[in-house]
Amino acid sequence: MSIQIILEKCTGCALCVKACPFDAIRIMDKKAVIDLNKCNLCGACVPACKLKAILIEKSESRIEKPDLKNYKGIWVFIEQKNSLIQSVSYELLGKARDLAKKLSCEVSGVLIGNGLDDQLDELFWRGADNIYLVQAPEITHFQDEPYTNILVKLIQEYKPEIVLCGATAIGRSLISRVAVKIKAGLTADCTGLDIDPDKKILLQTRPAFGGNIMATIISPNFRPQMATVRHKVMQPLEPDKKRKGKVIRESFDSPVYASRTKLLDIVEEIESLVNLAEADIIVSGGRGMGGPDNFKLLEEFAHVLGAAVGASRAAVDSGWMPYSHQVGQTGRTVAPKIYIACGISGQIQHLVGMQSAKIIVAINKDPDAPIFKVATYGIVADLFQIVPALTKKFQERLKK
Amino acid sequence: MNIIVCIKQVPETTEVKINPETNTLIREGVKSIINPFDMYAIEEGVRLKEKFGGKTTVITMGPPQAEIALKEAISMGIDEGILICDKAFAGSDTWATSYTLSSAIKKIGQFDLILCGKQASDGDTAQVGPGISAHLDIPQVTYVKKIEEVRSNSLRVERMMEEGYEIIETPLPALLTVVKEINEPRIPSLKGMLRARSAKIITWTQKELDLEVTAIGLSGSPTQVVKIFTPPPRIGGQMLTGEPREIAEKLVDLLKQEVT
Amino acid sequence: MDYLLSEEQKMIKDLAHRIAEEKIRPQAAKYDQSEEYPWEVIKVIAESDLFGLFVPQEYGGMGTSVLNLCLATEEFSRACGGIAVCYAASALGTFPIVLFGNEEQKKKYLPDLAKGKVVAAFAITEPEAGSDASAIKTTAKKQGKHYILNGLKHFITNGGDAQTYVVIAMTDKTKGARGASAFIVEKGTPGFTFGKKEDKFGIRASSTRELIFTDCKVPEENLLVIEGLVFIVTMKTFDMSRPGVAAQALGIAQGALELAVKYAKERQQFGRSISSFQGIQWMLADMATEVEAARALVYSTARMVDAGVKDVAKESAMSKMYASDVAMKVAVDALQIFGGYGYMRDYPVEKYVRDAKITQIYEGTNQIQRNIIALQLIKEMAK
Repeated sequence: MSIQIILEKCTGCALCVKACPFDAIRIMDKKAVIDLNKCNLCGACVPACKLKAILIEKSESRIEKPDLKNYKGIWVFIEQKNSLIQSVSYELLGKARDLAKKLSCEVSGVLIGNGLDDQLDELFWRGADNIYLVQAPEITHFQDEPYTNILVKLIQEYKPEIVLCGATAIGRSLISRVAVKIKAGLTADCTGLDIDPDKKILLQTRPAFGGNIMATIISPNFRPQMATVRHKVMQPLEPDKKRKGKVIRESFDSPVYASRTKLLDIVEEIESLVNLAEADIIVSGGRGMGGPDNFKLLEEFAHVLGAAVGASRAAVDSGWMPYSHQVGQTGRTVAPKIYIACGISGQIQHLVGMQSAKIIVAINKDPDAPIFKVATYGIVADLFQIVPALTKKFQERLKK
Repeated sequence: MNIIVCIKQVPETTEVKINPETNTLIREGVKSIINPFDMYAIEEGVRLKEKFGGKTTVITMGPPQAEIALKEAISMGIDEGILICDKAFAGSDTWATSYTLSSAIKKIGQFDLILCGKQASDGDTAQVGPGISAHLDIPQVTYVKKIEEVRSNSLRVERMMEEGYEIIETPLPALLTVVKEINEPRIPSLKGMLRARSAKIITWTQKELDLEVTAIGLSGSPTQVVKIFTPPPRIGGQMLTGEPREIAEKLVDLLKQEVT
Repeated sequence: MDYLLSEEQKMIKDLAHRIAEEKIRPQAAKYDQSEEYPWEVIKVIAESDLFGLFVPQEYGGMGTSVLNLCLATEEFSRACGGIAVCYAASALGTFPIVLFGNEEQKKKYLPDLAKGKVVAAFAITEPEAGSDASAIKTTAKKQGKHYILNGLKHFITNGGDAQTYVVIAMTDKTKGARGASAFIVEKGTPGFTFGKKEDKFGIRASSTRELIFTDCKVPEENLLVIEGLVFIVTMKTFDMSRPGVAAQALGIAQGALELAVKYAKERQQFGRSISSFQGIQWMLADMATEVEAARALVYSTARMVDAGVKDVAKESAMSKMYASDVAMKVAVDALQIFGGYGYMRDYPVEKYVRDAKITQIYEGTNQIQRNIIALQLIKEMAK
């Protein structure tokens, strides 16, 4: 396995230097030279080279490639908590339908738990053609091992081409374990999913390398192709009550349901604040807020608008707001009608968490702040002057 | 209790910026740090050792300079550091990474507990921890925010969920991924730093782990990156200017349909 | 400027820097307001082994080094001059024991001080005896196997919060300054109580109290060296500790300078940052140069002390005097750059002005320092 520059083809144009996210390529004597200590073989330079002068060779995989053609259909892991199906699953069904059109295949949901029969219709209305249903008292609640065992067995038996799962606490724990067990490629937190029109493989796009860049990831030689997607990133379909589907009931021997870990109790902690993920309007503050006390300004503003208060990672890391308010890659993904960003510079990690908002208002002192690139309305000004003015104006207007 | 902590060295991400002219990452002057989430795993490992005795080992897979991360962990009270380092590991995705780390853990031998941060701040996948436990076929509990009770061969922990937490009992050996609510990582002591300076880091290569080249690095990774790009900007926004009062007036007019 | 610090010294500086940024700076305003003793921060410093910097290794410390102490104190002061002085004052109270304590005294007191389990204080000042040690009124009368202490010490840093005190008292009034002796007195000794806590202009995180001795029975083994040696004890102690005070002033100056540069870059007036105006640039250039000159003087003096140079009275006085004058000037200029905001308590810079002021006053006012310097100059000329 190696990366190589074909010197005869390289003209030293430096396009690869720009493409490299690891700063591993230099032009020396008009030829590209790769610093192997920095190179991560990510392959970003290969398509960047117009002259096809960069080669990445893989050692021939000795692992038997499964017969890829035998894998058909798109699966969605349907997440339930307290026997209630979670809305992220409907969002995934919506996306799966869209992909299924491009692959001319069916969409199936996998539902594991107990006492779930009354919720199956909704899954069909929202896009499922089939539901694989596994129910037993001992798997009422999610536990890593039995759920992994069941999903692995179902995948091995029915061979889906694609498996999608919510990037939730449950989904992330479960699907990582499943992917290892069946040696499948898994891409976390995809913000975009598409089908390559020629190769008919899944194109999985996500923010990468902790920086302001996106990467598209494929898993061409392994099946199923697996991806997780966060809540609120995809859109659910409007329920079509005429849609019907097939229920495939499965059950397994008790060792499959066994768990070495024991779930002793579930403790609910109700948030007193407006649920960020569900709010229509979010007023969010970042480093520019300057300190925890200034968030009171936002709270007043939010109160007038009936909005929830969010915060950037910078504000949360500084201890100004609790983590439950964090919007972005490491916090929550939100998709409100209006998102008002106050003193937030707009790092990609933040943007991926809020850019599906219908309208984005950005208030920042720095005219070069990246947030303005995504803003519907930008205001270059001191937020400590603008926010009180807005609070006042909205108060007047909403009273009328 | 013998504890293994898995860590990753990452760039201090909040400082990563894009050069607007060349559209490339500005990496100069960006420090490498221990993944912030792994700091909680290190701290928890050291606390458990201080309370119950045993040995703590920290492992990382990365370039030679990741030794600094291991030494920092030692300065916080970890006993030993192992660096898994070989060009053959380059290009590893989470599958290959968790496979390589689990192979190293098997080579370490006897252990009671593996601790990982909930995810790495540069990749945010949260896949390597569960991947390791799957390869080793041991129980896992992710998103642990508290270790409530330690018994000779089991733990009772609190696992953070979206709407609260679960109380879970797991037999040992097990793997836990921890969240930042679990503790406050300590600042290293001067004695710890002096100890770390002279500590000998063990390095294991592909050969020492006796791994097939086809199962590691790029070849062992089911996923591949095909394209890297900067996200397309949203369609041009409108800038509002004027005195604060005027701006407020304009914005209220623009948003009035949405706010009812 | 590169001071060619050893790897270990860089480590100490980095460690202290981290503590300052992560644990001290976020708390500085709180302690400044509440005047609480910063035990929480003291505990962090203790766990980092940095209280060991002024205690020899054989007593559980990291080896006594004035430069190391200065490096740590400077970093702490960058974030909060008040918290830094709690630390430095413990060094001041510990030095007499390190320098003059006998084996039993060292074994008894130093390990806990090195680990930061307890802090120390040095008590010489009295209402009528500040810079003049011969005017001390507190008495210590030998009575059997004890000394009976009577009198009042005031303005004692760490007073009330420290566990171990080195107290100067007259054993023979007739001999003036040469009739005073130094005693180790533990908090809790019957007859040893504390007066009111002073409400101060600056360094408000540190505690300053009166020590009251009323027929306080101190065992004779707590006498440091022999009776009447106070002049030597205090002189040698201050030679060691003055660079520390200088380092505290230096840290305050550095901290104020950093705030000023940062603010000048951020603050927009007339459509551009004020750092682009020459008037501001020249101020910053002067401030930075003075801070660097102070640092060179402080580090060089600390190195002289560590190298065992016998007479450092002049250099010690120079570094304390110069660094504290620089701290005051730089802090005032930093506030000026902040303009109206600088005058407001919501902004951190006014605290540096308040914290800086004391460094010109305590451990010998800068007027006394000038006397010492001049005296040494004249002495040297006479040689």
